[in-house]
Amino acid sequence: MLELCNVVKSYEGKPLLRDISFTVAEGETICLLGASGSGKSTILRMIAGLDFPERGAILLNNLDLAATPPHLRDFGLVFQDYGLFPHLNVFDNIAFGLRMRRERSLTSLNALENAFCARRVHEMMELINLSGFDSRRVTDLSGGEQQRVALARALAPNPRLLMFDEPLGALDRSLKEDLLNEIRSILQQTKIPAIYVTHDQEEAFTIADRILVLHDGIIIRDGVPSEIWKDPQSAFVAKLLGIGNVIEGEIIAADKVKTAFGTFNLGCSKRIGEKLHLLMQQPPSHAGRVPDRVERRGGEVMAQIQLTVEDVLFKQDQFQVKARGGLVIHMKDAPRIGDVITVQVQVKCLS
Amino acid sequence: MNLSPKLAAKTRSFLSANSRILLWIPTLLFLLSFFFFPLFKILTLTFNLETFTNLSNFLIARDSLLFTFYQAALSTLLTFALGLPSAVLFSKFNFPGKSLLRALTAVPFMLPTVVVAAAFNSLFSYKVTGSMLQVFNLQPSTFDLQPSTFDLQLPTFHLRPSTFNFLLILAAHTFYNTSIVIRIVGNAISRLDPKLEASARVLGADTFHVWKDVILPILRPSLLAAALLVFMFDFTSFGVILLLGGSQFATLEVEIYIRALQLPNLNLAALLSVIQLIFTLMFSILYSRAINQVSTQTAPRFSTVRPPKTIRERIFVFTLYTLLITFFALPLISLPICSLTRLEADRGQRAEVQYGFTTDYYEELFINRRGSLFYVPPVQAAVNSLGFAGITVILSLALGYPAAYALAKPTRLEKFLDPFLMLPLGASAVMMGLGFVLSFGRLIASPFFIPIAHTLIALPFVIRTLQPALASIPERLRQAASTLGASPLRVWQTVDFPILSRATLSAATFAFTVSLGEFGATLLITRPETPTIPIAISRFLSQPGGLNYGQAVAMATVLMLLTTLSILLIEKLRFNNAGEL
Repeated sequence: MLELCNVVKSYEGKPLLRDISFTVAEGETICLLGASGSGKSTILRMIAGLDFPERGAILLNNLDLAATPPHLRDFGLVFQDYGLFPHLNVFDNIAFGLRMRRERSLTSLNALENAFCARRVHEMMELINLSGFDSRRVTDLSGGEQQRVALARALAPNPRLLMFDEPLGALDRSLKEDLLNEIRSILQQTKIPAIYVTHDQEEAFTIADRILVLHDGIIIRDGVPSEIWKDPQSAFVAKLLGIGNVIEGEIIAADKVKTAFGTFNLGCSKRIGEKLHLLMQQPPSHAGRVPDRVERRGGEVMAQIQLTVEDVLFKQDQFQVKARGGLVIHMKDAPRIGDVITVQVQVKCLS
Repeated sequence: MNLSPKLAAKTRSFLSANSRILLWIPTLLFLLSFFFFPLFKILTLTFNLETFTNLSNFLIARDSLLFTFYQAALSTLLTFALGLPSAVLFSKFNFPGKSLLRALTAVPFMLPTVVVAAAFNSLFSYKVTGSMLQVFNLQPSTFDLQPSTFDLQLPTFHLRPSTFNFLLILAAHTFYNTSIVIRIVGNAISRLDPKLEASARVLGADTFHVWKDVILPILRPSLLAAALLVFMFDFTSFGVILLLGGSQFATLEVEIYIRALQLPNLNLAALLSVIQLIFTLMFSILYSRAINQVSTQTAPRFSTVRPPKTIRERIFVFTLYTLLITFFALPLISLPICSLTRLEADRGQRAEVQYGFTTDYYEELFINRRGSLFYVPPVQAAVNSLGFAGITVILSLALGYPAAYALAKPTRLEKFLDPFLMLPLGASAVMMGLGFVLSFGRLIASPFFIPIAHTLIALPFVIRTLQPALASIPERLRQAASTLGASPLRVWQTVDFPILSRATLSAATFAFTVSLGEFGATLLITRPETPTIPIAISRFLSQPGGLNYGQAVAMATVLMLLTTLSILLIEKLRFNNAGEL
């Protein structure tokens, strides 16, 4: 449906986006993840037509959008700080897009049209649980309510594509979760394709059908959440998404990697003497248990390591244990600080 | 032992409650005798049979009211035509020399009316246009010149003098008030969230609808506030109209002046004053409503200022930049040029005109050439002005401090009194002068009435400058200082003084510059033997001859430099003190 082809963009003379290509399929929600300043918002602005790529093209159903001004693209955009019109009430904010489309199509402001518009706005208000807020001033609403109005405003004209630019960044934690679930269910109901930009991995894993990780001007990882969780491939993605522990190692012989936590029998595609990053995860079913066997598979190995406990934090149903060397693992029972424990881990090569 | 501290506390609270009332007495007495009593006099004169039985009074009132509205509306329109693009220029774009240009546009707002009038006058005198043309080699130094069309009139414009003068008045008003539009509307534009425009576009609004449905409605309160303020200033403009147009342009203010002094009809003058007061009060109420709406939009500022990028933007910035520089710098430059340029013509029909550098006009300022008894050398006017300004500073600080101190933490009664202190702002200077004439009659011969009138005008500004400073000193700061071992004197020295000295200094400059440039009230109450600088300038401007004109321009130059210097000096002092805090 939407396709970006080799989009290039620089900011103040420095390359910001070097070569961006991806697609959004019908009904799909993709999540664009990246550190702040990585150019995520710029990608959205370019798709919306508020900014222009220096090279490359943005296609909608195989048609180049370059000549289409933003107001004719029929997209929806939701900002972090809402961007609600302070001089309009809730109803008029949500009705804005409908009104613009009506005035454009020159179907005059007849009563039938008005009734249709009002019905649509009220539908939207029901959808976001703000029924009866019609004449409230948007400046009197709470942050969460404002963001709901912004969502309804973007949804009302039934856009061809919805874009979210860190929509929950300004909200507190519990509000975030609620609204995130609402957005998710609305997107599932309406089947509107969406691009969701965030730097929060939790949001990304909750909402995305597919995750794209943006780093250094290119998309370094593109896949479904479970796939990425299992195999982040690069140290950057693992760190950004908070997947396991990323440790440093050095290849000392074929199939042998030496790290601060011991030497592992791993076949990584690197030459002897090269440094590399390893991903150390706890196998889900073995959390905190003493292992009974050691197995080995390609670029991945199960191993037992010994750790000295430095700190123990209570985390609801388990304990987060910080060990010497900066490793973090989770255990069912709390060890004492200073204990030496043996842990079963899964070690993988990262690029 | 137990009783005495209680007693002491009681006495203290009794004293402080009483001393609060004492604080008000001097200020209230002053306002009662010099503002409300004259106002009462005007009202009694207005509402009597004689005023209402004379139909011609009403015709004159109607005509001058209509003309006042007409010229104020046109002036406001012109001010917005220049001010709105400039507001966009300053709030959207970065370009070299921006802060200098901003300062340049703000200078006129503080200049005395006589200076602006003289500057616009000099701009179209032969000397300046001629010598400028000569500098740029645009025209030979020979002019076909009729001796009768010396200075003041413009040979190249084929306009009736009155039309030309009217245009000059409109230009001077625009010159004065453009900075208001730049400040109020420019601030509002820079507070506009750029995401609003982006949202509107994505939601389907084209450029026209973005402006019509989003930007203009959001800017509306600030546009309204700026329009009302500009209109109010144009409505009450006196010096500029009288000096650039003469009595043919009978606005309310000019008509009051004429009916008070030249063609005495005090009933009519009083009636016109009341009409004037009603309108200015109405405008100021509307204005304060509008400005309240502006200040409730406490959105953060968005730094979307950037250099112009597209060709269209560059053309816009460059054109406006050039236009603003020309419009604002030319009158300010032409004044000193004119004061230092000699124009000599042979006696003959066709004259060979020579331009040259001269300091004659400045030297002439110190000489009483006519040796007449009533003639006062201009340097004496400067001495008078400085003396009056000094008294005004002392008087307005002495009256302003207690009132500001009481208003820093006002009781309910004091909150009620506050608008009465501000009321003189709504009255025009000419009206105050008229009130003085009506109330004090012959007593007015005492030169002390001039600084009193100036104090009345300066007092609201002084109070409004001191009050926030006094209110801003947090009690905790004093408490912290005293728990750290500071004696009450040290507390005052280290906490109060640094904050107050800044405010006092800027209040004093306000009073000083107001007094130095005040024209309207002074014109009505001054005696021939004690003119101020503005009065002397207006006298010279109204007399024929190159020497008189030269002296007027020379004095206006001095006054301009003095005003600009005192404001620059204060800005500098404030900056240094801010560093100390």
